Amino acid sequence: MVETVYESDQILEWLSQVPDPEIPVLTITDLGIVRGVDCSDGVTVSLTPTYSGCPATEAIEASVVAALEDRGVSDVRIKRVLSPAWTTDWITEDGRKKLRVYGIAPPERRDRPVACPRCDSSNTQVVSEFGSTACKASYRCVDCLEPFEYFKCL
Amino acid sequence: MRSTAISAAYATRLGDNALVLGQRMIELVAASPELEEELANANFSLDYIGQARMFYTYAGECEGAGRTEDDFAFLRPEHEYRNLLLVEQPNGHFGDSTVRAVLFESWYLLLLEALTRCADEGLAAIAERAVKEVRYHVRHSSQWLVRLGDGTEESHARVQASLDNLWRFTGEMFAPDDVDEQMHKSLNGPDLAAIEPQWRRNVAAIVAEATLELPGDQWMASGGKQGKHTEHFGFLLAEMQYLQRAYPGAEW
Repeated sequence: MVETVYESDQILEWLSQVPDPEIPVLTITDLGIVRGVDCSDGVTVSLTPTYSGCPATEAIEASVVAALEDRGVSDVRIKRVLSPAWTTDWITEDGRKKLRVYGIAPPERRDRPVACPRCDSSNTQVVSEFGSTACKASYRCVDCLEPFEYFKCL
Repeated sequence: MRSTAISAAYATRLGDNALVLGQRMIELVAASPELEEELANANFSLDYIGQARMFYTYAGECEGAGRTEDDFAFLRPEHEYRNLLLVEQPNGHFGDSTVRAVLFESWYLLLLEALTRCADEGLAAIAERAVKEVRYHVRHSSQWLVRLGDGTEESHARVQASLDNLWRFTGEMFAPDDVDEQMHKSLNGPDLAAIEPQWRRNVAAIVAEATLELPGDQWMASGGKQGKHTEHFGFLLAEMQYLQRAYPGAEW
């Protein structure tokens, strides 16, 4: 039996098509949770969980395995990396753009105002520090009056 | 004690604190006074369950006997749990749950910060993840304490009574046992004696802002770290473990 040896760039390219189950407009590489790919013995993908209790953690691991198996990679292992802890700073520029288009304001540094993803106004208000998932807060735009979600800075 | 045995024991007790408080908070799901609080409570309890899972998985690895996170959560009887008595106290009214959260989380945050610097890389990594979440929790629970204490005459009186009632469970947080000592000395873990004055300062500041009175020195309850729990704990476990006890090995 001939074992195929994969290039990590190829694996990463495939992983960049795996969507996040809770915010499907983002892929797991947009989120910055893929910490590394090691192809020396089978394929080992290192992933960092976002929040400790994030229900998507296991779903993401399963979809990584499935995505690679679909492309014929049989020996896939997942390594959970806790340190350094995930931060929203790891969301890529591309990921931020996609979030905005989707209607979710991307995380901002604490000193900067949250801009409305629809009209770009900075005249916004917190409605609730909590939202539909652990990573989001609820906001409203005072100018265009649209409610929107904000991806919290972590 | 070997260093892996210390790590296993330490990870277990932190997992127990997180699981038991997380379970108490789950009991409040769909019972919060407003929607924002409902979401906050559900999200925070999920953080705790997630932390418990990481601590138990790590405890199982250190122990090396093949126990999984589920074995720790669902198959241990009351006296094998090592959580603080504070976290197992019933939810009571909203003020009781708020005070319990402020007292525990102010301590837990300082403990986790110290744990990120310990020599055990596995525990340090979990702490690094958890500390960010708990920082957010403390901010939230403290805001509620201020709102209730500095609220109406009724809310002030009730939350003061909660504080007076739960205060007796805080002594245990700073009374080191063998595991705490060894964790501190051999693995550069948290020093409870150093955390106590910081905790007192932080809690005193929140309590003052909430226009409440800090309770005076008094008799302190203890026993959680030895597996001697209050009468409320068995009922919590009975509910949480029901499925695995009734249908051993059930999966879905």
